[in-house]
Amino acid sequence: MTVQRGDIELAGLCKSYDGLTNVVQGVNLKIPNGAYCCFLGPSGCGKTTILRMIAGHEDPTDGEILIGGGNVVGLPPVARGTAMMFQSYALFPHLTVRDNIAFALRVRGLSKTDRYRQTDAMIEKVRLTELANRLPANLSGGQQQRVALARAAITEPRVLLLDEPLSALDEQLRVQMRTELRRMQRDLGITFVHVTHSQLEAIALADLVVVMEKGEIKQAGPAREVYASPRDRYVAEFLGGQNVFSGAVAAVDDEHATFTAPELRAVSVPIGTGHVSRGDRIDIAVRRDDIDLVRPGKDLSAATSSIASRVLAVEYQGNFVKVLLDAIGTDEFVAYVPERIFFKDPYTIGDVVMASWPTDHARLLR
Amino acid sequence: MTGAPVNELPAEPRALRRAIAPRRGGRPWTFYVLATLFTLYVVALYGPMICIYILSFQDVRGGLVFPMKGLSMHWFVDLFTQVRTGDVKGAFDRSIKLAIVVTIVTVVVSFMAAMAFRRRFPGDNTVFTLMIGSLVAPGLVLGIGVGLLFNALGIDTSWYGSALGAQLSWTLPFGVLVMFAVMSRFNSAWEEAAHDLGASAWQTIRLVIIPVLAPGLVAVALFGFTLSYDEFARTLQTAGPQNTLPLEIWSMTMNVTSPSLYALGTVTTIVSFLIIGASLGTIVLMQRRRGNRVGSH
Repeated sequence: MTVQRGDIELAGLCKSYDGLTNVVQGVNLKIPNGAYCCFLGPSGCGKTTILRMIAGHEDPTDGEILIGGGNVVGLPPVARGTAMMFQSYALFPHLTVRDNIAFALRVRGLSKTDRYRQTDAMIEKVRLTELANRLPANLSGGQQQRVALARAAITEPRVLLLDEPLSALDEQLRVQMRTELRRMQRDLGITFVHVTHSQLEAIALADLVVVMEKGEIKQAGPAREVYASPRDRYVAEFLGGQNVFSGAVAAVDDEHATFTAPELRAVSVPIGTGHVSRGDRIDIAVRRDDIDLVRPGKDLSAATSSIASRVLAVEYQGNFVKVLLDAIGTDEFVAYVPERIFFKDPYTIGDVVMASWPTDHARLLR
Repeated sequence: MTGAPVNELPAEPRALRRAIAPRRGGRPWTFYVLATLFTLYVVALYGPMICIYILSFQDVRGGLVFPMKGLSMHWFVDLFTQVRTGDVKGAFDRSIKLAIVVTIVTVVVSFMAAMAFRRRFPGDNTVFTLMIGSLVAPGLVLGIGVGLLFNALGIDTSWYGSALGAQLSWTLPFGVLVMFAVMSRFNSAWEEAAHDLGASAWQTIRLVIIPVLAPGLVAVALFGFTLSYDEFARTLQTAGPQNTLPLEIWSMTMNVTSPSLYALGTVTTIVSFLIIGASLGTIVLMQRRRGNRVGSH
């Protein structure tokens, strides 16, 4: 496979500020040309540091960064062909929208007419024509984001780096600008690397989701894979939408491991390619929307696992109902029950229910 | 008489309440006390100066005290034409030139110092303490010290040499402190964004940092100019054979007994106010350009 201009490869990337602890510990990752990649993790997990190292605002302590096949470590941002959109946009407060966007062309020595011709085309593209002479202070959050995007894109970079681009916006606008970001990425056809701590944002936008913890990549893959098939407990819990149960293996056959934490009766999980033996402590993940709630005493099919539990809280969410359950002794867990089904036979707080799910939908975590 | 005791009882708390809380549409009595106090303060502050300005407009019979004798510009003409009042025009020239040099040096050095102090560097605390030290040191003593030093080194003291140095020991720390406050509102992401967009270090300073900090730099310039223009204590022992304006005024109080002294006071005040007005006007203009562009395409 040939290397394309927007391919990014991180090889053994390390960053340490004090020489003792690594903020980023030996990260290896390939981001294909034209992909929308999201780095996802809690604050302090090293995701922004990686972004800044790709951008050239921070030098790696060790390792290589290849863009389009060439090592860019030590090069200034312009030579890398990257452009960055900063967290709070960092628009120049003394320059109008047009001059902000034209800045990169100005420092390249383009004449005023040349740079304004190019700038006005870009302003049109991001629908800011009426605001071209305004100063950043007189723009809304969404408009500021569009200016920042246009300013970064004017130099036609091969990689656009976005540092928490939506965190400065309110909820409603965030969803709207999310769509716009994705649209811009398709229009420009370049690699986007986006840093966020919001799992919703990451799975909605990204072709490639990279989940990070403490300077390491926990899992990297397509959004659906990371969400539906988390590799370990951390990823499952961070992405949400999953319940994680822990227990010791009581019995193993060819296909299933069955475990009994004291209160978990006959909870089985497909082993897949993993290797499990009796007595091992394992974690399993069950999707919140896979859980059915039934009144105790009803028959359950043989292919289901179930836990007796008590309803702790009920939250109406519109198209589904979030039921918080107490598994009597283990961690709390959550079932997403479709709204229509829930209200056929609504549960109230304190009710004892059987939470059951098809055994084959449970996943063994590493 | 009937019912009177009933009415008296609630009357007292109501009166009390009225004393502190504003009546509907009115102001509490404390407002008038504080307003009077403030008025007295303003009168005490500006009254003496205003007396001097008024007395400078007397005619040829004028004296140094009230009552006013006539009304004319006589003493202003006298100020610039009579030799016996001393070299007012020369002193004024020197003071303006000196103030301009002090302003330029203060702005440039304060800007660079504030840029440097954004990061920690070895000995930064020492440098800062030394700088503040010269601000705290008594001016007269510092001036005598500078004079002595120049003597010891065999260099003649002069308004453009030793006095310049002595004045900078006063304006620089001021300028740097103002720049620190200005810099605290500077977002370093702007610098990073400029770098990201391909600006060289020099382009970043010229196109981003200086324009963003411009109102602060004007404020520093204003400080530098006015502090130098009326600086006395540090200049007294360092100005050498030719006086600056404050020294000239001081020597005039010794030997001039006519209202031309007051005329000089009026003229220098007008110059000060013009400079302050121009600076503040510039800052306001810059901020208006930056803030109120809504709707004006």
